[in-house]
Amino acid sequence: MASSSRSNPVILVLFILSCCGLISLSLAISSGSGDGYTINGRVKIPSIGAKGFGLPGKISNVKVILNGGHKVTFLRPDGFFSFHNVSAGTHLIEVAAIGYFFSPVRVDVSARNPGKVQAALTENRRGLNEFVLEPLREEQYYEIREPFSIMSIVKSPMGLMVGFMLIVVFLMPKLVENMDPEEMRRAQEEMRNQGVPSLANLLPGAARSN
Amino acid sequence: MGMAIKDFLLLLVLFFSFTNPSFSLYEDQVGLTDWHQQYIGKVKQAVFHTQKTGRKRVVVSTEENVIASLDLRRGEIFWRHVFGSDDAIDGIDIALGKYVITLSSEGSVLRAWNLPDGQMVWESFLQGTKPSKSLLSVPTNLKVDKDNAIFVHGKGSLHAVSSIDGVILWKKDFAAKSVEVQQIIHPLGSDVIYAVGSDSSSQFGAYQINVKNGELLKHNAASFPGGFSRELLLISGDMLVALDAATGSSLVTINFQDEEISFQQTDISNLVGDFSGTAVLLPSKLPGMFSMKVDALVIFIRVTDEGNLEVVGKISDPAVVSDALLISEGQQAFALLEHGDGKIHLKVKPVNDWSSDLLKESIVMDRQRGIVHRIFINNYIRTDRSHGFRALIVMEDHSLLLLQQGEIVWSREDGLASIVDATTSELPVEKVGVSVAKVEENLFEWLKGHMLKLKGTLMLASPEDVAAIQGMRLKSSQKSKMTRDHNGFRKLLIVLTRAGKVFALHTGDGRVVWSLLLPLLRNSGPCENPTGLNTYQWRVPHHHAMDENPSFVIVGRCGQSSNAPGTLSFVDSYTGKEIKSLGLTHSVVQVIPLQITDSTDQRLHLVIDADQHAYLYPRTSDAISLLQREFSNIYWYSVDTDNGIIKGHALKSKCIQKDDEYCFSSRDIWSIVFPADSEKIIAAVRRKLNEVVHTQAKVTADQDVMYKHISKNLLFVATVAPKASGEIGTATPEESWLAVYLIDTITGRILHRMTHHGSQGPVRAVFSENWVVYHYFNLRAHRYEMSVIEIYDQSRADNKDVLKLVLGKHNLTSPISSYSRPEVVTKSQYYFFTHSVKAIAVTSTAKGITSKQLLIGTIGDQVLALDKRYLDPRRTVNPSPAEREEGIIPLTDSLPIIPQSYVTHALRVEGLRGIVTIPSKLESTALVFVYGVDLFYTQIAPSKTYDSLTDDFSYALLLITIVALIVAIFVTWVLSEKKELQDKWR
Repeated sequence: MASSSRSNPVILVLFILSCCGLISLSLAISSGSGDGYTINGRVKIPSIGAKGFGLPGKISNVKVILNGGHKVTFLRPDGFFSFHNVSAGTHLIEVAAIGYFFSPVRVDVSARNPGKVQAALTENRRGLNEFVLEPLREEQYYEIREPFSIMSIVKSPMGLMVGFMLIVVFLMPKLVENMDPEEMRRAQEEMRNQGVPSLANLLPGAARSN
Repeated sequence: MGMAIKDFLLLLVLFFSFTNPSFSLYEDQVGLTDWHQQYIGKVKQAVFHTQKTGRKRVVVSTEENVIASLDLRRGEIFWRHVFGSDDAIDGIDIALGKYVITLSSEGSVLRAWNLPDGQMVWESFLQGTKPSKSLLSVPTNLKVDKDNAIFVHGKGSLHAVSSIDGVILWKKDFAAKSVEVQQIIHPLGSDVIYAVGSDSSSQFGAYQINVKNGELLKHNAASFPGGFSRELLLISGDMLVALDAATGSSLVTINFQDEEISFQQTDISNLVGDFSGTAVLLPSKLPGMFSMKVDALVIFIRVTDEGNLEVVGKISDPAVVSDALLISEGQQAFALLEHGDGKIHLKVKPVNDWSSDLLKESIVMDRQRGIVHRIFINNYIRTDRSHGFRALIVMEDHSLLLLQQGEIVWSREDGLASIVDATTSELPVEKVGVSVAKVEENLFEWLKGHMLKLKGTLMLASPEDVAAIQGMRLKSSQKSKMTRDHNGFRKLLIVLTRAGKVFALHTGDGRVVWSLLLPLLRNSGPCENPTGLNTYQWRVPHHHAMDENPSFVIVGRCGQSSNAPGTLSFVDSYTGKEIKSLGLTHSVVQVIPLQITDSTDQRLHLVIDADQHAYLYPRTSDAISLLQREFSNIYWYSVDTDNGIIKGHALKSKCIQKDDEYCFSSRDIWSIVFPADSEKIIAAVRRKLNEVVHTQAKVTADQDVMYKHISKNLLFVATVAPKASGEIGTATPEESWLAVYLIDTITGRILHRMTHHGSQGPVRAVFSENWVVYHYFNLRAHRYEMSVIEIYDQSRADNKDVLKLVLGKHNLTSPISSYSRPEVVTKSQYYFFTHSVKAIAVTSTAKGITSKQLLIGTIGDQVLALDKRYLDPRRTVNPSPAEREEGIIPLTDSLPIIPQSYVTHALRVEGLRGIVTIPSKLESTALVFVYGVDLFYTQIAPSKTYDSLTDDFSYALLLITIVALIVAIFVTWVLSEKKELQDKWR
């Protein structure tokens, strides 16, 4: 836990992840000399080179937002940010970064016990005792084009049409061949009696109404 | 055979049902139907950075709280940051030649940005106790402990801040002193800094401070009888000028660097002769002289070495003066800009010699840009070693232009960063005579294009082919034509900006078709501080669509207060010309577009003033007679958030006291008073008046019918506990609650009330059909929530009985009256939602058949499309198979955020303020326009484009299939012939 005295507004404890591939958020609350408190934190975003799609993972485009837009701040090159003059109470910090999904963070600023840090991810209610925010996920805004495959052709309406035609052309005669000639004749007889079967009779809804 | 067809149909159904219902886009489809434009807003301050070779740039701060670095050659944005809404930028400068320094939030936040890429380098919070003028001073050559210091005055204290890392070097508090610091002065090369100011009681104070440690070296004070105005203008290192406070008719020069502070008073009338009105000092920094605006004249006054004032020149008023610019050793120049017959005249003069001009240019200026508001100049050395000047000017319509060598090098329409309201207009019908559809491509080209596309879909295309395909799709001339199309995708977006300018943007590519600076809404026009309020479609011709133009009306107000007189301007949508304008005698509080149009297709509008009188427009007798027919059916409501009262009104009779036959008095028919100590209105939302609902009935999976309660007269109101009306973090869950109401605005009946304990605002809501969705903050869970309320009409539920239907005992044909008391049932459910929300809208389509999507503008300035099915109160954890078949999604505690369903994909609409959806003629597709500091437009199909082929439909594949089928027919025919022949031979 971070602790600091009223006169010295300095971040005492910072947990910096050694692993660069993780996004970490380190939080510390220190009191200012005025009536407000200061929330210090850190956002870490994986290096841009690791990303395949040229998403703008630039740290300069990340915004940190307190209480739904009441205060907005930006990140320093090392990922640190701070909010000054924050009143005691429970606050909400959101990180807006194109290409990443950040969970909002609930931050309790205690008036009675200055320096007491309580932060939790609101998405999964995980407390940030170690000031570490696991990356929730990266956001991919575009559908990825499926590489060409036979299935995609077959599944397209045209493919289905061709497939159906093939079935009719090659499979139906086979079915007819395997039929008993006796039965066949009876079926033809029946057909002549009934007339041509209409498509409506074959539909499931219409069949029920009959 | 039958089984086969059945299977086939089933296959088809399955195929379509597997497709993802959310909006999604491939990366190569970006820019096909959408466009994105980036703006910055009206420039407040500009700093040039042109010393180094390479990229020349200008750093600007704007009234939209944007700091941006612009390319000086083309006006493009290198980088840009949008600050929070209450983080207004007070000053910018460049330190060390590589950092941009910004001072914001009333002098309490100092930030440094890396000039090349806009990365924030450091941030300092400067504490102070009382509000004061914030000043930023970045001396170029001042070392404090080998560190370049920045001096900042804000919140009553003077700080010296290191420009390398933002550490506060020293701090001097002036809050205890009575004097309010107005200027900080650092004489070049000296070790002292002066802070000078005045207090309310004519006292003037000058503090001499050591720059190294902030030690107060000397404090002089003197009082001037009568006092002087707060604005102190620095003339030289030891002299200030101000207007006297008592009469405003004389100038006071203050000399403070001597042992004694001395005042010298000069009557303005002695300098310029008699004048009426008031004199205003212009804030331009010119050494040894100053400028003053008196009686439509700008007067330049020099201060002589003896301290006397002399007039050196006069120019006529709409004129602006730049700050002085050091052009060479000991020589400073400034620019002044005058207007005359459609041109602007730019002059650059040396400061010490009024009679000579370093530069004199005249440039033709578009009248629709209005007058020049600000000018910033910069110089460069021409190849012949003479001085060249470039001037950055900010116009009345907030646009930004760069002038160089007598030409406009580039211009930016930054007025579009502050859109107030938006509406749409149809484009002209394609006329037979003027065929725009010239032969666009011959058949061969067409086929070649489609073969390329086919190659693309089969992943056989080379990179050049891919580039060719992309280029072909983007430059498609179809989408930016100036005529109506069958699908209704091409329209004009009519937007009203804060500057009082109207733009028509083409939905195809977002270009400005025309723009108009409304004379009535100009500051230099007839009224003081006009504000534009709304735009409404005034006339949509149906009978004579070919030869009559549609028009719209812009409602404005002469002044800031709500009882200031209103203005109406009627503008032709096609030409962008003002048809007529009216300065009203009454105020405008509310405008009600009625569902009645007169014989010339003009829509009747009622304008309600502050006294709840209604005025009818257009002012014709035809309109009056049309209104009389509907007289008893016109109702409206008013929401008074300050007093917590909602009132319903109806028309009563003609105005008695006023001699105006188009004026009607109203009567209050109901009122709802919310208890002031427990409820405060924070949101009131109603349905969009032009929304189309396809059907009232909703068939559920168990063959049951539910009737939606569809009324245009429903109002959603949200109230919170007064203690919890502030931002998050100020109230505890115990003392906060949120109450929501559904109110019938005809009878004032509250149809539904619900309380969310431990919740607070802000509430963003959207009302459509029979449901309302709202977003608020749950303090107990400390998460945002979204709730849905659906309202159903129970009195029609009996109609389900077939027997009654047959016997004619149903009430389906009974007229619907808003006075009847329908038995309604409401269903509601709530879900967690991750982000803060800036705006919510719902897609609207032509017939209302297509399922709806919510468009949610998130705090990250993106727009998320969320299917309405996720906000369905009938969702359960384990829906039955029948319910699943109906499309009910199993209940989850939070709403999903699918990255592919961001309609803004990887773009940000910075400073997002509003989302507008417009139906197109194609039922499946809605047009979406999002505005803020940036603009974004796209087309979305909430249930996929089921009624048209997609853009990437492969005609070539279709052709190949057909050919293959024909070949197959012939082959099989030949084969069967052969077989038949063999059979016959046998």
